[in-house]
Amino acid sequence: MSKVLELTLEVWRQDGPGTKGAFETYTVEIPDDASFLEMLDKVNENLFQAGQEPITFDHDCREGICGSCGVMIDGQAHGPQKGTATCQLHMRQFSDGQTIRVEPWRAAGFPIIKDLMVNRAAFDRIVESGGYITVTTGAAPDANEIPVPKDAADSAMDAAACIGCGACVAACPNSAANLFTAAKMQHLNQLPQGQAERWRRSESMVETMEEFFGSCTNHGECQEACPKEITIDFIAMMNRDYLRSKLVNRRRLGERKIG
Amino acid sequence: MTLTLDSHIPDGPLEDKWDNYKFDLKLVAPNNRRKFEVIVVGTGLAGAAAAATLGEMGYNVKVFTYHDSPRRAHSIAAQGGINSAKNYRNDGDSVFRLFYDTIKGGDYRSREANVYRLAQVSLNIIDQCAAQGVPFAREYGGLLDNRSFGGAQVARTFYARGQTGQQLLLGAYQALARQIHLGTVTLHNRTEMLDVVVKDGRAVGITTRDLLTGELEAHSGHAVMLCTGGYGNVYYLSTNAMACNATAIWRAHRKGAAFANPCYTQIHPTCIPPADETQSKLTLMSESLRNDGRIWVPTGHEDERRAVDIPEDERDYYLERKYPSFGNLVPRDVASRNAKTVVDEGRGVGPLHNGVFLDFADAIQRHGRDTIEERYGNLFDMYERITGENPYQTPMRIYPATHYTMGGLWVDYNLQTSIPGLFALGECNFSDHGANRLGASALMQGLSDGYFVGPSTVAGYLANWLGTDAVPTDDKAFTESLDQTGGRVDQLMSVNGTSSVDHYHRELGKIVWDYCGMSRNAAGLQKALTEIPALREQFWADVRVPGRADGVNQSLENALRVADFMELAELKVRDALHREESCGGHFREESQTEEGEAKRDDENFSYVAAWEWGGEDIQRDAVLNKEPLEFERVELTQRSYK
Repeated sequence: MSKVLELTLEVWRQDGPGTKGAFETYTVEIPDDASFLEMLDKVNENLFQAGQEPITFDHDCREGICGSCGVMIDGQAHGPQKGTATCQLHMRQFSDGQTIRVEPWRAAGFPIIKDLMVNRAAFDRIVESGGYITVTTGAAPDANEIPVPKDAADSAMDAAACIGCGACVAACPNSAANLFTAAKMQHLNQLPQGQAERWRRSESMVETMEEFFGSCTNHGECQEACPKEITIDFIAMMNRDYLRSKLVNRRRLGERKIG
Repeated sequence: MTLTLDSHIPDGPLEDKWDNYKFDLKLVAPNNRRKFEVIVVGTGLAGAAAAATLGEMGYNVKVFTYHDSPRRAHSIAAQGGINSAKNYRNDGDSVFRLFYDTIKGGDYRSREANVYRLAQVSLNIIDQCAAQGVPFAREYGGLLDNRSFGGAQVARTFYARGQTGQQLLLGAYQALARQIHLGTVTLHNRTEMLDVVVKDGRAVGITTRDLLTGELEAHSGHAVMLCTGGYGNVYYLSTNAMACNATAIWRAHRKGAAFANPCYTQIHPTCIPPADETQSKLTLMSESLRNDGRIWVPTGHEDERRAVDIPEDERDYYLERKYPSFGNLVPRDVASRNAKTVVDEGRGVGPLHNGVFLDFADAIQRHGRDTIEERYGNLFDMYERITGENPYQTPMRIYPATHYTMGGLWVDYNLQTSIPGLFALGECNFSDHGANRLGASALMQGLSDGYFVGPSTVAGYLANWLGTDAVPTDDKAFTESLDQTGGRVDQLMSVNGTSSVDHYHRELGKIVWDYCGMSRNAAGLQKALTEIPALREQFWADVRVPGRADGVNQSLENALRVADFMELAELKVRDALHREESCGGHFREESQTEEGEAKRDDENFSYVAAWEWGGEDIQRDAVLNKEPLEFERVELTQRSYK
């Protein structure tokens, strides 16, 4: 049977991008089989009853796959449970009487929109810069004409599991987006279908990433925070591909000039 | 009847219809495509695929999503897989078999020609997705793996771990991202469509609200494609994402698009039952669990014992008892209905007696814990995260939940609605699944419509308008729509009553679930038809939307959606009341066999019910139009799973 927890929350409230924010303190009673977001729903219901404006936060599928949700919970991206997005975190992970601090993702690359909602459009810009395989609809050969070694397919799938939530950036002391970018890139770079654009993709995605985010210094906080437990091995693979892309792409540039 | 419903089904043999039709369709030459503006609303599988493909073809595309990124659309949450008639297993699959299974699974309430085309196109979809780098499961030889899914007798389902939906959507999203980068597609994120603009009887654009600034904007185009998903959230609790809503299709309906078969809803049997009143949504557990789990409830009522303390002779494995040949693998609708029956009898399990057991003890004993962990480990982990119970030690608790809506905007063979220039793709149309959808077919339909069908057929419409400009947004049609939409926003903000939007949504959901859920009867539906309008009236008199309209306001977003659900619910119940037969997901208690199974009435109800907006008093004013269903190639049979 569930039990009811009495909690104190310190929640970051900020009216808009240009305004000054502050922590507000709320108390809430919640059954421990509720999810963290249902707890925030309850706080909002209380705020509504008190005639105040509810807390704004992004969320949607509440199944840990759409990547919409995500807040810092006592300084940890997505909170204390490993491999778990905020929506899948349940209140039985907390104890009665606890004080919990809730903040938005903190990163220059993710400007605050309102309260706990941030702008993660930079992630889309990184994907747009090369995170795809060019194949016009209708142009594909039969699916089984491209054999993919099972190991490559499995490893590509490990990378492709990224849900684009931004926890890796929020957890990083440098606000680097290397885990996200590496996951998106290595999903494609490991597959036979992704080879034709591999070096162009590697150079372009890394350089777009650097326009928005800080640099990686191998803290490894990102893989600890990742709700899909994506490994930083992919960052090493990205670094290798980026270095090589500089040589390959320069050589290609030269070939074009001469030829 | 004022509408003429012409399905535009091409002549000729079933196998040749689509090829012949494509040849007969008017084309838009590559150098002319940039002269057309096409609006795509929604970025799930259908929307992202359509927008990317139209961009590749050279059209000017504007794509809209209320999410921060196109990748977050709810297609992403599909777990199981996607069907295709590739017959890579050599187990006798074919385009015709996939077509036949889909027609039969839909309980003979869909169009032959549309479904056959879907089965044909299923071949191209897998090719397209594999080439995009979708990481489908593979064999050691590097070729694609398949599994059997949802009771199909062939292995035709392609999958990517438990996240096929996410991987297919990422494929479509990445194709879309490429077009955005190239400038053929303009992305309007955090922008919600609130109206279709119609001028001289055709769709010429949309009205939207910028969810960050609150600004209402007009967007003009030569054609509008709605790819906005289903209306399952009319039940409040469902497996749909929180923001899934029917506003786009409902507003289109109000502007003249017929709404087909709104009563057809799929209730998925294996979801985690609600834990308490704070529950905001339901989580699906993959159907594959029924391959190894045994479903049971105690024989006694209100049994408070733990599962392990209930002896074997006091357990009722009711599916195995009633359906000896299919047992726990009966189709979704049968499994769901039977769960409701035992819970209604007071034999439900769990603290709230609102579920049934799905027990893996026998499977663990037979195959060993390692095998079960390998098959379902991630699902067991997810179950434990949500419920705090360990399914290796104690049975899972499951209960049915709303999952998918087969009904939607009426469309012809072109996927065009009854408003010329307005197209509906994916779950938001009604076309392919009849009264019940087979597992792993939703992803197939979304991508079929988005990549292959919509982009071909829209050209046939656009070709008529070559040499004309899109209607300017200062036209009266746009300003009127802006005024009306603004009026609706102002009205909601100014009620300033006492109860929250969620309160009303929850109340609405209860009514629809109780009277128009898994099992329906005339008295209950009549009752719902008195309760829904009363609730709607109360909503408009008593709701309170906090905050301001000129900025981020999630309560306002939700209020606009719930207001439309109130109206849709009434039409849905009205439709359920008129269809006095049982078919697929629509079970009318008055129409059942002696064994209590669904009984179709082909003589009187073999048609598509296409409702036309007639006015605010929906049950009085809605006009029923019927499109008869004709079957040339399949013989209608009564389903039996005994």
